[in-house]
Amino acid sequence: MSAPALPDLAGHFGRYGGRFVPEALIKALDELDAAYRSAKRDPEFQARFQDLLLNYAGVPSLLYRATRLSEKLGAEILLKREDLNHTGAHKVRNVLGQALLAKRMGKPRVIAETGAGQHGVASATAAALLDLECVVYMGEMDTERQALNVARMRMLGATVVPVTNGSRTLKDALNEALRDWVTTVDTTHYLLGTAAGPHPFPELVRDFVGGIGVEARAQCLEQIGRLPDAVAACVGGGSNAIGIFHAFVPDEGVRLYGFEAGGDGVETGRHAASITGGSVGVLHGNRTYLLQDDDGQTIESHSISAGLDYPGVGPEHAWLHDTGRAVYEPVTDAEAMSAFTLLCRTEGIIPAIESAHALAGAAKIALRLREELGRTPTIVVNLSGRGDKDVHTAGAYFGILDEVEKVVPGENT
Amino acid sequence: MSIAETFAKAKAENRSVLVGCMPAGFPTVDHSIEQMIAMHEAGCDVIEVELPYSDPVMDGPVIQKASDIALANGVRTKDTLKIIDAVSSAGATVVLMTYWNPIEKYGVDAFARDLAAAGATGLITPDLIPDEAAEWIAASDAHRIDRTFLLAPSSTDERIRMTLENCRGFVYATALMGVTGARTSVSSQAPELVARIRAIDPELPVGVGLGVGNGRQAAEVAAFADGVIVGSALIRCVLEAPDRAAGLGNLRALSAELAEGVRTPR
Repeated sequence: MSAPALPDLAGHFGRYGGRFVPEALIKALDELDAAYRSAKRDPEFQARFQDLLLNYAGVPSLLYRATRLSEKLGAEILLKREDLNHTGAHKVRNVLGQALLAKRMGKPRVIAETGAGQHGVASATAAALLDLECVVYMGEMDTERQALNVARMRMLGATVVPVTNGSRTLKDALNEALRDWVTTVDTTHYLLGTAAGPHPFPELVRDFVGGIGVEARAQCLEQIGRLPDAVAACVGGGSNAIGIFHAFVPDEGVRLYGFEAGGDGVETGRHAASITGGSVGVLHGNRTYLLQDDDGQTIESHSISAGLDYPGVGPEHAWLHDTGRAVYEPVTDAEAMSAFTLLCRTEGIIPAIESAHALAGAAKIALRLREELGRTPTIVVNLSGRGDKDVHTAGAYFGILDEVEKVVPGENT
Repeated sequence: MSIAETFAKAKAENRSVLVGCMPAGFPTVDHSIEQMIAMHEAGCDVIEVELPYSDPVMDGPVIQKASDIALANGVRTKDTLKIIDAVSSAGATVVLMTYWNPIEKYGVDAFARDLAAAGATGLITPDLIPDEAAEWIAASDAHRIDRTFLLAPSSTDERIRMTLENCRGFVYATALMGVTGARTSVSSQAPELVARIRAIDPELPVGVGLGVGNGRQAAEVAAFADGVIVGSALIRCVLEAPDRAAGLGNLRALSAELAEGVRTPR
C-alpha cells in the first residue's frame, strides 16, 4: 500500500507546487523536465554526476558522532558534515547536477539568484568547472552586506548583477533572474538555488541533493546498527532539509523536524518562518506557504541568517507539514546563535548560521524525545554548511570584532 | 461595452482596438482614476487596469516602478476594485490584469463576483496558465468575466490550441520573449505568432502587447493584430513628467497618437 510518488506529472505535491509562471517559460520548463527525466535514466549522466560528487565535491560527507555536544544536549547527535563539501555547503550537489543538465541541453549560459552569495558562489564554481557563462543576480542590499562573496564569484569568472528594485534582497534577485530567463530562454538555463519554484525545479533539486539522506541513512545503519529517532534540518527554501528528509520519509519511526528562521520571534512579525508564521499562497512559480499581507502582497522576511531569509518555502515541505510527516518549528536568532557558540566550543566546528538553526532545534527536541522515549534519543542533524562566510555577522553579533580591530593594527606597529 | 462588442465595433471600422494599461493607485488612487479617464477620452478603447503586486516577474522596469510607487502609497486590492468602478462608470471598457496571488488571497469566487460588480469585463492573468486555472475558470464562468491568458512565441501549437479553448474575449499574444516595456522596434516574432494563433482559431480576437510605444509602432502592429496593447510608454508619460498637468497632457497626447495609429489604413 505504498503512496503514489510525488510530485505528480504536473509537479503537484497535493495542493502545493505546480507552475505559476508566464506562458513564455512553459516550453523551457517542459524541455527541462524532459531533459531531466532522460538524464535520470541515463547511466552515463548518472556516472558523470557521481564522479563529480566523489572526486570533485568530496561527497559522501562524513556522519560524525559529536560526543561532547551529545553530552551537553542529552542526546546522541550525529552530524551530517555537508560543511566539508567543496564550496562549504550541500549546495554544490545541486549546482553540479544542474550544470551538467545545462550542458546536456546544449545551453551555454546559466543564471542564478543568490541571497548571501552561497548559491551564487556554488553556481560560479560549477560554471567555471564545466565552461559555462554565468550571471548571478543579487539584491543590492546583499551585494553590500556580502562583498566577499561578490569578489569570490567574480574571481570564478561570473558576472554579478546587483538588483536595485523592490526590497533589493533575495526575492527581488529571483524576480530578476526570472525576467532574464523569459528573455534568454533559448540559450540559458536557470540554475535555481533551492527546492522551490515552478515544476520541475522542486523535484529536480530534491533529487540532486537527495544523496544527503541516502548517505546519512546508510551511514547511520552502519555506525549504530539502526535508524535514528529523528532527523533535523534548517529550512529556508528548504533544499538541505528535503535533501536529508527524502530518504527517511518511508521510515515511519524516524521523526523529521524542519527548523525555520524565527528571527526576533514569530510573534514579533520579524521572521522568515513561512510555514509556522505564514499562510498558503502563490509565489515564484509555486503554491506553498509564504509570508504575505491580507492582500497577498509578499512581506519581507527577517533572519540573522541570510540563507534562510526568504519569504517562501519549497512546496514539498508545505505538503510534508500538512500531512504531518514532518514537523516544522521556528528557532529565533538568539537560539540559533547560542547553538552556534555551543558547536564552536564543544566540537571545534564553526557552523553556518543556517545550520545553527538545526542545532538549536535539535537541542529543543532532545528534551522532548528523551521524555517520550524514556531513553537517550539519537538525532541526525544536517550540518548543511560551514560558518566561514558568517564570521563577520557572528563577530558583530557577539561583539568580538572590535577586539580584532584593536589587536591587528597593534601588531603592525 | 463588452470585450466582444469592442472588438466587433473596431472590426466594422476596419481598425484595431487600442488597449491602454495603467497601474491602479499610481501614483495615488484618485490620480490613477483621472489618468485612466483621460486615456479613455483620448482614444483608448479598453482600459487595462493593472493591480500593483510586490513581485511582478512579467513586468519591466517602468511598470515595476509605477507598481512600487502605488504600493508605497498604500493602494489595496479593494482600492483597485473602486478604481475599476469609477472608470467603467465613466463609460470605459475595463479589464484587469493581475498576478495570481492577490486573487487567491481575496478568494477566487469572491473576487470574480466583486470584479463583475465593479464593472470589469475581463481579467488578464500573466502568471496563471490554463493548466492551473480550474478554480478561476469556474468562478469566471459563474460571474461572466472574460478570461485572457497569454501566449508567447515559444508556445507550441498544442499549447496555443489548449489556451485558446480556455480564453474568452481575447487572447494576449506577447510579441517577444521578454518582459513589458517599450522597444525601439516591433518584434518580428509577433506577426508569426498571430498567424499561428489564427490558423488554430480564426475567430477569437488577438491582442498584441510588449514593446509598443508610439503611433507608428501601433500602426505596424494594428496591421496584423486585432488589438494593440500599450503600457510602459503611457505610464512613462506620468512617471517622467515635471508636474501633474504636463503628465496628463502627455498621456492624452500619446493616447491620441496611438488611437490614430490603430486607425492607419491597413
